[in-house]
Amino acid sequence: MTAGEITSVGTAGAAPEHVEGRGAWLKKLPVVHQLRQSVGLQRGMLVAGIVLTVAFVLVAVFAPVLAPFGWSQLRDLDGAFGAQQPPSAEHWFGTTVGGYDVLSRVVWGARTALLVVLVAVLSSIVVGVLLGLVSGYFGGWLDRVLVVIADAVYAFPSLLLAILLAIVISGGQSSMWGGILAAALSITVVFVPQYFRVVRAEVVRIKAEAFVDSARVLGTGHWRIMTRHVLRNSTRTLPLIVTLNASEAILTLAGLGFLGFGIEPTAAAEWGYDLQRSLSDVTSGIWWTALFPGLAIVLAAMGMTLVGESLNDLADPRLRSRARSGQVSGAVAATAVGESVEADASDPANPAAAEPREPNPKGDDA
Amino acid sequence: MSAVASITDLAVSFATDAGPVRAVDGVSLDVQPGEVLAVVGESGSGKTVTAKTILGLLPETATTSGAVVLTGRDGATTDVVAVSAAKLRQVRGRDVAMVFQEPSSVLNPVYTVGWQIAEGIRAHGDVSKSEARRRAVEVLGTVGIPDPEHRVDHYPHQFSGGQKQRIVIAMALVLNPGLIVADEPTTALDVTVQAEILDLLRHLRDETGTAIVLITHNMGVVADLADRVAVMYQGKLVEQAPVGDLFADPQADYTKALLKAVPRVGEGTARAVERAAARPEGWAGSEPVVRAEGLTITYPGRFRQPAFTAVDGVDLAIRPGEVLGLVGESGSGKTTIARAIAGLTPVSGGSLRVLGTEMRGAKGRDLKAMRPRLGFVFQDPATSFNPLLTIAECVAEPLVVHGRARNPEAARGRVDELLEAVQLPRSYGDRFPHELSGGQRQRASLARGLALDPELLVADEPTSALDVSVQARVLELFAELQKELGFACLFVSHDLAVVDLLADRIAVLYRGHLVEEGTGAEVLGAPRETYTKQLLASLPVPDPAAQAEHREGLRSLRASAG
Repeated sequence: MTAGEITSVGTAGAAPEHVEGRGAWLKKLPVVHQLRQSVGLQRGMLVAGIVLTVAFVLVAVFAPVLAPFGWSQLRDLDGAFGAQQPPSAEHWFGTTVGGYDVLSRVVWGARTALLVVLVAVLSSIVVGVLLGLVSGYFGGWLDRVLVVIADAVYAFPSLLLAILLAIVISGGQSSMWGGILAAALSITVVFVPQYFRVVRAEVVRIKAEAFVDSARVLGTGHWRIMTRHVLRNSTRTLPLIVTLNASEAILTLAGLGFLGFGIEPTAAAEWGYDLQRSLSDVTSGIWWTALFPGLAIVLAAMGMTLVGESLNDLADPRLRSRARSGQVSGAVAATAVGESVEADASDPANPAAAEPREPNPKGDDA
Repeated sequence: MSAVASITDLAVSFATDAGPVRAVDGVSLDVQPGEVLAVVGESGSGKTVTAKTILGLLPETATTSGAVVLTGRDGATTDVVAVSAAKLRQVRGRDVAMVFQEPSSVLNPVYTVGWQIAEGIRAHGDVSKSEARRRAVEVLGTVGIPDPEHRVDHYPHQFSGGQKQRIVIAMALVLNPGLIVADEPTTALDVTVQAEILDLLRHLRDETGTAIVLITHNMGVVADLADRVAVMYQGKLVEQAPVGDLFADPQADYTKALLKAVPRVGEGTARAVERAAARPEGWAGSEPVVRAEGLTITYPGRFRQPAFTAVDGVDLAIRPGEVLGLVGESGSGKTTIARAIAGLTPVSGGSLRVLGTEMRGAKGRDLKAMRPRLGFVFQDPATSFNPLLTIAECVAEPLVVHGRARNPEAARGRVDELLEAVQLPRSYGDRFPHELSGGQRQRASLARGLALDPELLVADEPTSALDVSVQARVLELFAELQKELGFACLFVSHDLAVVDLLADRIAVLYRGHLVEEGTGAEVLGAPRETYTKQLLASLPVPDPAAQAEHREGLRSLRASAG
């Protein structure tokens, strides 16, 4: 018997998880649950990741309040900002070679990045999960064709594919939504195979489980088996991929912008574009134009990667660290057996100890 | 002579997500040289944890207190609980060795068995390659591997399951330790192979004087091999006695209940006769619910390998209200037949009629009329429930699928009835499957199988994943419900004693062929075929005195057979 089995025996004896009382649903939410579960360094990593990610989202949402100027604003009432101005009281992060305020560009850039991440991840989840479910469940030639296509997409350098699609989708036009959609959808195409393969592998595994067989014996329809029994059981690993992909989406967006396939500076702020424009500044000692957008990319991507990696570790019982008790403690878990044990459990309002008149047939010392 | 292992007041707890859980609680045990000490108990009783502590094999999440003192053949003592990791490595293999449950996963598939045995020798002292090989060959001969000089260079997959377990025993034996800990050494093996391994262990104990700590839940194995028995329950030692005394006069209530729950061959015969007498006139002529004629099922081969024939020309019939027990070892095709009857595995030859529907070449639509009349109970209660649905939703599923109820809530009344019929409290309907114990889950599984009031229930090893005492209760419930509801039943099991308890007729399968079929009294009382005789003789009887006699019977049978 391994420690894992003991764990399961222990929880079987404990109170049902879903009747823990108020706030129980909150504790079972993906990230909240893991946060409560973690200890030590793993918890530190997770907390750091969550703080960075939450900060990123807040900045994106409240960009109109936080940013002192618009993303394409070149002058205010006092006249033009001037190009490549060093940080000052008026422009905390200085101005760019094009005369934009760096702080405003960085803040508005968070909004662009968040929108791209949301659209990219949502659309790739929907497409990937649906294809994976159908492909894994039915198998056959459809499955084989889809797997070959997914492998082919994998074989392409992802940035090259994204560039290709950005050109196809936007057609050289670069309005704000056009640019965001182009970037997001080109990232989607890169991500769909990942979701497809993960979900398909899970579906193939779940399909062989006894409870699916049981549904088949009943004559349950394919659609009902797929949605009620297979789908919900095969999406457990998705939160991990979502967080990891979100950070990759930010990097791909920045990469597109850096290579000039992103969004025009007048349509929206975009960190990759700003980095590219500041290339020549770096050699001439103008540090602020490159540092701040670069830092924004690194922090946003790192925050989400930290969350993803921590979730990944916590999801695996072998990688998860637990608080060790200093001495032998804890109660003996009720074993799955014993008439009296089952009888006790079946009648919680009536513990065995309260019935001395009825001698226990098994006389165990529970 | 002093004890080879002496456990004093051992307590172990594990850190889990739900806080610390205590697995062993104040256990004290002594193992004398050359004795076989059996530690019995149900899953979760702490018997394996105790055994692993003797070798210091507990995972990092464990916290241990108390003392486990080992005495080597040279008289040196070691306290496993307190000693350093380096010292522990020296002790393992030399003073104490372990035989694991699953031989196929213990042996490394990419090395020859000779190399794996030699590795253990070379880890304890500077031994030349040729010397290590010589000793590996010698020890393989000791455990009864034929032609050891040649076989020493073979890889694990070239051996059968029983031979692999012999090799694992050889690995444990090679440094001549004073104590071998055997954790369920025969659980993964078929009964005929189990009998051989038990013989080997007994022989080794007599030859080398090694003490053996035998962890098992099988009282038959205990009766066969053990000198002394320690009974564990909920982390505590309940009783310790010589094997004869324990079976003859158990002291603790728990031990009494445990012994009473063990099924014995021959118990069900009277019941079957009684039921046969109660059948109405003309019952034998009624249309069978299942009729197989020359049933053949093959699994297609891959990569130019020939197709594998799992079931070959089997004739079977189950009449209304009758329980047919299907017995066989692993690979005999018994589960395949059960799955074919439920329409989960396609029939490739012959004919199989289930409830009036021909299963050969049947499509999903053809089976629609038959589905609600058939129930299925799966082997492993842990995986046969969707983990995300509550028990009530799972049990309501057949009612909803077949339109008897609009949704799980509307079916709740019937679900409550069903749960009560299988002796589960109504409130358990709101629990999730993982919150029930194995026995409770299997009862819920039975409730689901019976939800549509089927004429035929197919039960595929429904109790093999359960502990003995739980098994007894589930079987009892099963018999009661069968009597009450009168459904016909195909009961698949590898355990003759279990089948005997329930079945009206017993069919014995061997490598896809039906070897023998008849009533319990016929098949178990006076078997005609050699295979059935061997199967019956290999099954250890849970009574030390009777088992000694029984063993002699098996020996003479083997002698006459080959």
